[in-house]
Amino acid sequence: MELGTGLFALLGIGALFFLTTQTTGSDDFNVDDTFEVSARFENVGSLKPRAPVSISGVTIGRVTDIQFDPDSLEAVVTFVIDSRYDQIPDDSDASILTAGLLGSQYIGLTAGGSPLFLEDGSEILFTQSAIVLENIIGKFLVGGTSGDASESEE
Amino acid sequence: MFRDIWQTLERFLHSLGGMSLFLLRLLQFTPGVVIRRFRLVVYQVYNAGALSLVVIMISGLFVGGVLGLLAHSSLEQFNAEDTTGIFAGLGLVKGIGPVITALLFAGRAGTALTSEIGLMKATDQLSAMEMMAVDPVRYVAVPRFLGGVVAMPFLSAIFTAIGLLGSHLVAVEQYGVDVGAYWQQMQNVMDWEDVSEGITKSVVFGIVASLVAVWEGYQATPTAEGVGRATTRTVVVTSIAVLFFNYMITAMYI
Repeated sequence: MELGTGLFALLGIGALFFLTTQTTGSDDFNVDDTFEVSARFENVGSLKPRAPVSISGVTIGRVTDIQFDPDSLEAVVTFVIDSRYDQIPDDSDASILTAGLLGSQYIGLTAGGSPLFLEDGSEILFTQSAIVLENIIGKFLVGGTSGDASESEE
Repeated sequence: MFRDIWQTLERFLHSLGGMSLFLLRLLQFTPGVVIRRFRLVVYQVYNAGALSLVVIMISGLFVGGVLGLLAHSSLEQFNAEDTTGIFAGLGLVKGIGPVITALLFAGRAGTALTSEIGLMKATDQLSAMEMMAVDPVRYVAVPRFLGGVVAMPFLSAIFTAIGLLGSHLVAVEQYGVDVGAYWQQMQNVMDWEDVSEGITKSVVFGIVASLVAVWEGYQATPTAEGVGRATTRTVVVTSIAVLFFNYMITAMYI
């Protein structure tokens, strides 16, 4: 009886462990030593805090904050980068990308060529906004019809 | 007509009130029983949990397999077989796992509890205990209740894990979905919230199923027919209550 109960409890705890570790997204970025960088975007799309920041496909940081700046009318995205990666050129380019066709959005950095590196508090100047699928479809549809209309007017 | 409806309502309120008071009594005795009669509780965990393992594991495998088949065959039309893992994972962890475990538990362990206590009552064993100044609630009802409450989350977790394995077998081994894509897609979508929803459900269902089983046994008319009817009622009441609470908790987490 004790053996059976023990086996049962062991299996149960094992299954719980399996569920909590194997089915949920393991947070592959969990470092304390980071530095903060910000970037301005015209449109962040559906980017959310905790979205990954990656360079060459490797996750090196995470978005911590997204604010709207009323003066410049732009979105200010703040993110932290693992301080191991302190040699990223400061003219690197940040763009908001989508994982797959319908996946979640993340920030992708493309290395620049500057001899100066990103450090705590620096701002990425070259940014590319999120590609909003609806806008593209809208432009495609509207562009097609309005193009025809303007041609006929001329 | 109205009389009938009123009577049904009255009976419902009666049993709901009785069950709530019974729950309070069970909880009142719980600390004492856990400290002084721990072995009784362990025996009931064995009874309700370990002995239900086989039925839970086999059912989990087949339920997971069906999920894999259905998810794969419908997602195939969009060339999105890779997301079979999301389908199976979310379905099993958040809903199907705890619910089917609770329904199987009602059929496997709940009926056993009800008929055991009902038969103890029919053969005057409970009265005999009272005669000896032994409270049957404390020594018969509480350990069985606690056994079910402890066993359910474990059973549910085992069912879910085996179910994921079952859908893995169908999707990956049979239909050739990439094994990395299967788990990676699942992990991308699911987070701790989803797992905690499943655990919350299994804890609530454990309390509901055990309470109903013990209460129905305790309330059974002490005849062969009465015990039979109480056993049937355990399954009916548990199923309805579990599905109701399933809706409530799902709505709460959205």
